[in-house]
Amino acid sequence: MITEQIVDLSRLQFAATAFYHFLFVPLTLGLSFLLAIMETVFVMTGKEIYRDMTKFWGKLFGINFALGVTTGLTMEFQFGTNWAYYSHYVGDIFGAPLAIEGLMAFFLESTFIGLFFFGWDKLSKRRHLLITYLTAIGSNLSAVWILVANGWMQNPVGSEFSYVTMRMEMTSFWDVVFNPAAQAKFVHTVSAGYVTGSMFVLGISAWYLLKGRDIEFAKRSFRIAAAFGFASALSVIVLGDESGYAVTEHQQTKLAALEGMWKTEPAPASFTLFAIPDDEKRENTAEIKIPYALGLLATRTATKVLPGIDELEAQSVERIRNGIIAVKALEQLRANTADEATKADFEARKADLGYGLLLKKYSADVSQATPEMIAQAARDSIPKVTPMFWTFRLMVLLGFSFALLFTLSFWYSIKNTFHEKRWLLRWALWFIPLPWIASEMGWFVAEYGRQPWTIFGILPTHLSTSTLSANSLYGSLAGFLFFYTGLLVVEMYLMFKYARLGPASLGTGRYNGETAPALKPAQ
Amino acid sequence: MLDYETLKIIWWLLVGVLLLGFAVMDGHDMGVGTLLPFIGKNDVERRVVINTVGPHWDGNQVWFVTAGGAIFAAWPIVYAAAFSGFYWAMLLVLFALFFRPVGFDYRSKVANPTWRGIWDWGLFVGGAVPALVFGIAFGNLLLGVPFHFEDNLMPVYTGTFWGLLNPFALLSGVVSLSMLTFHGANYLMVRTEGDVYARSRAASLIFGTVMLAAFAAAGVWVSSDMPGYVITSVVDPGALPNPLDKTVEIQAGAWLGNFASHPVLWVIPGAAFAGGLLALLFAWMRKPVLAFIGSGIAELGVIGTAGVAMFPFVMPSSSDPRSSLTVWDSVSSHLTLEVMFWAALIFTPIVITYTGWAYKMMAGKITNAYVESNDHSAY
Repeated sequence: MITEQIVDLSRLQFAATAFYHFLFVPLTLGLSFLLAIMETVFVMTGKEIYRDMTKFWGKLFGINFALGVTTGLTMEFQFGTNWAYYSHYVGDIFGAPLAIEGLMAFFLESTFIGLFFFGWDKLSKRRHLLITYLTAIGSNLSAVWILVANGWMQNPVGSEFSYVTMRMEMTSFWDVVFNPAAQAKFVHTVSAGYVTGSMFVLGISAWYLLKGRDIEFAKRSFRIAAAFGFASALSVIVLGDESGYAVTEHQQTKLAALEGMWKTEPAPASFTLFAIPDDEKRENTAEIKIPYALGLLATRTATKVLPGIDELEAQSVERIRNGIIAVKALEQLRANTADEATKADFEARKADLGYGLLLKKYSADVSQATPEMIAQAARDSIPKVTPMFWTFRLMVLLGFSFALLFTLSFWYSIKNTFHEKRWLLRWALWFIPLPWIASEMGWFVAEYGRQPWTIFGILPTHLSTSTLSANSLYGSLAGFLFFYTGLLVVEMYLMFKYARLGPASLGTGRYNGETAPALKPAQ
Repeated sequence: MLDYETLKIIWWLLVGVLLLGFAVMDGHDMGVGTLLPFIGKNDVERRVVINTVGPHWDGNQVWFVTAGGAIFAAWPIVYAAAFSGFYWAMLLVLFALFFRPVGFDYRSKVANPTWRGIWDWGLFVGGAVPALVFGIAFGNLLLGVPFHFEDNLMPVYTGTFWGLLNPFALLSGVVSLSMLTFHGANYLMVRTEGDVYARSRAASLIFGTVMLAAFAAAGVWVSSDMPGYVITSVVDPGALPNPLDKTVEIQAGAWLGNFASHPVLWVIPGAAFAGGLLALLFAWMRKPVLAFIGSGIAELGVIGTAGVAMFPFVMPSSSDPRSSLTVWDSVSSHLTLEVMFWAALIFTPIVITYTGWAYKMMAGKITNAYVESNDHSAY
């Protein structure tokens, strides 16, 4: 018996492990390209300091990468262990990009990362550079396929429900791959990764400059990070807008929730800069609005109307009523597939099947659902406004603050005065953790905003879990908490240790605090 | 376009290929991890052992990830039923695997002996526990797993974690653990010299013998009176998959049925014995490359034997036999199988080619001198 407790615990475990995994992914995505840029400069100029830069930042990359691999395994396992019905119901579509990710991207990245670390003396300069690029391309290709899978959860194209196999089945692979939601997500997510990688290098380099150590090394690193970060921070904003546009098209409930848009406004709708949303009273207080801005941004027209929450709920009620008929027809078809009339009934309404299934939370027999249940299920179809509203605004605010920091860093590195601007260096240092917060907020907006569905409009979250006991879930949650806390402590310890050691950790004898080559006790 | 029936069989073979790829590639570095605390007697020797797989373990682990992904894509309902049913066994594997990336990458970044000792045992756990659990899981598949489907095809597992630890499954666990350790020992012989080489050779001779004995014992057990599963209704291999649309019976000795009707299949368990014996012989003769190939063939034989014995079953149900999952009724749609077939056909050879190149670039013996002179870059 699947209880609400089982569903909540499964969600909590998935959210916790996904958030944790995503602490490591953005840095891998961004830093891998920064390494490739640094090594390119080394191969082109032959200056050893650029090889040292590649090796040193590569060391920090490796410390981060190890936990990315570790926690990525959990993500793959967990669909089967904790979301068995989801795996059955949509594995036909969702499994394919995951498997292709392994074959096409993860193999590439993981095979060549080994040569990146171990191949410095065994490969020619050009070959090693090629390896570094292949690693970076592999990690970014991974993101393509993972976000194709995720994009399909948000906007399930190229597929259809089959009552014989009782699941969703793929009807067009290319529709799934070229899903506009997936494309928009991919570019936004990887550029966020590039910002994260750039901020990491920028901030740590700034710290060396503030300490007055490893000046040449830090200045060169800072410049590369500033240039790459400048381009990436602008892309994140532009492509984030693109991602938002995709949401407008496919997930109106998500947009309405994150804008706190209770009522439908005449087009073009205004953008709420600040407000205190109240989910109980269904209204905002202390609103500050920019007229027309939302409508223009989200629809890219002055005429298209954006439906508010009240209107979307009313639409949900209609779809739920249709869905009830679809669910009943499906149950009859499962009992007797030969009945043509039922088949026609089902085919006509199967687009609303998922809405009918929303009622399963309240009534095992959906045809017995009361009007109150239907109203409640319709309210469920809109994610909670308050958390969506704030996380989205925090993410956007952070995004613009990164753009400002990178613009200034880039400007002063062109003028070659950045190393004298202590305020800028301090700013860069203290900003190191913020891209992670922005990324996690973005993840929250995307995934919490998809609720109450695992597959938007198709499969409700409360039907997606495995049949497990609450004790098993408490046990596994405790296990993850234990291991992940321990691993994070170890990872942070090593990250700080090596960031403090700086390029001296390479043991070349050329850097801060080194008296003779290769005397450091640790690696 | 290939027809559905053919694709179903191809995917049974491809899952086998991915499992074999996992055993041959990730298997040898798991074996190396298992042997690490015993073969490396001091820090330098342990670093030698670790660095034999240092550049490769990560790529090898992707065979495991990809096998999981391919089962998700090609047999989604098997992925759902097996992973949720074997919940604690899967989590045990997962938690054990946590020790590998961090163990490899973090161990030598701090010089403290306690720190290093902890990660050495972590790498042991990360190698030995998954190797053991996979065997136990396979043993339970051969016995049948207590699970059934509800009307909406929700899988429900009715057994317990402790129920998985029955004598036959534990024997299967011994087969897989000794098989991967044997393979890892042969790999270590290829890549090391001196004391480490001598201890690896001893390990190879021990674990090779254990593997052959345990595999033979499991064979006797299966052929004595162990129940197997038979489909008793008419099967349409090209039909849309519906796992509840058949009847299944439990019959003693049924797992020998395929060998009885196609005697040529005896070649597969034969390969397990021949590969294992040759590998032992070559290890004894100090021909490590040939020994490594031999233990790889033994892996092919062992995995193939289990697969062929059960065909067309993939995950039989002991509590509700008609819920059993087979090659015919566990699969994805025709289109998905076809798309994934082409993806596998294109990318698997590419992966094998660049993996081979990576090994070639890093070939040669890992010596104490190499480890000591690369203190800042090696593991």
